[in-house]
Amino acid sequence: MVDPACLGHEFTPVVATVEAERLDAYFAAIGETNPAMIEPDSSGAVAVPPAYLFCLEMLHAQDPFAFVNEIGVSIENILHADQHFAYHHTIHVGDTLTYRSRVVDLIEKRNGALTFLVQAAEIFDQNERLVAETRRTFAVRNQAASQQ
Amino acid sequence: MTGQSLILARFPAITREALARYADASGDSNAVHIDVDAARAAGFEDVFAQGMLVMALMGRSVTDVVPLHRVRSLSTRFVGITNLGDELTCRGDITESFEEDGERRGIIDLEIRNQHDQLKLAGKAIVALESEGAG
Repeated sequence: MVDPACLGHEFTPVVATVEAERLDAYFAAIGETNPAMIEPDSSGAVAVPPAYLFCLEMLHAQDPFAFVNEIGVSIENILHADQHFAYHHTIHVGDTLTYRSRVVDLIEKRNGALTFLVQAAEIFDQNERLVAETRRTFAVRNQAASQQ
Repeated sequence: MTGQSLILARFPAITREALARYADASGDSNAVHIDVDAARAAGFEDVFAQGMLVMALMGRSVTDVVPLHRVRSLSTRFVGITNLGDELTCRGDITESFEEDGERRGIIDLEIRNQHDQLKLAGKAIVALESEGAG
């Protein structure tokens, strides 16, 4: 069960510095070889590809599963249902990002068998610029329990 | 639009090793993607791909065609589990364009399907369209 009181919960902020070697490992892991992506851009640094913002948070969080552990949900009971990134500024190796996220919605489905847990985050850089925003939904399988 | 899709990218079959490499690089240590016993305990037959790995392939498909600095958003629903052996294809086409924040933008509808035409991801990218004169 997802505790309804977690609606509005603000997660512990995560601070993440984009590191060159880790980004290289990510490019290799996703099979990215496009020179326009893996080489430095006009700023002189390599830019962060679209989905890496998700990984930076997990790589640098004290608990990579804090996004569920902090609200009493177990990683074993969730599936990623949707993900949205909005980009306001290109992010580069060397930038330090701060993730501020919170639970923005809880939607019961299938008579309580599933809860859709919706989280939104604002991501700021070292100059306190809002560089990106994210929104994501996890489908939480609720234990077959006697509660309704 | 006729014939050719704006975005058409094909990816090699998903392997156990690829999931392990992605787990390391992404910080996602969720055992269902790298430990068959954990996957079975969660009700799956074997390990399956991290959704964000497949979304990364969607991202690659877009940035193959649109420069990163013109990508304004990327969104997807995770429709189906991507399994070992799945050979994924990402297709996308611009379905509408509009004016926002002083620039012309287009919506690219995106789908990732496997070799059996099973839909895995359904998403969209919003991109700034090339304007006459500016880079």
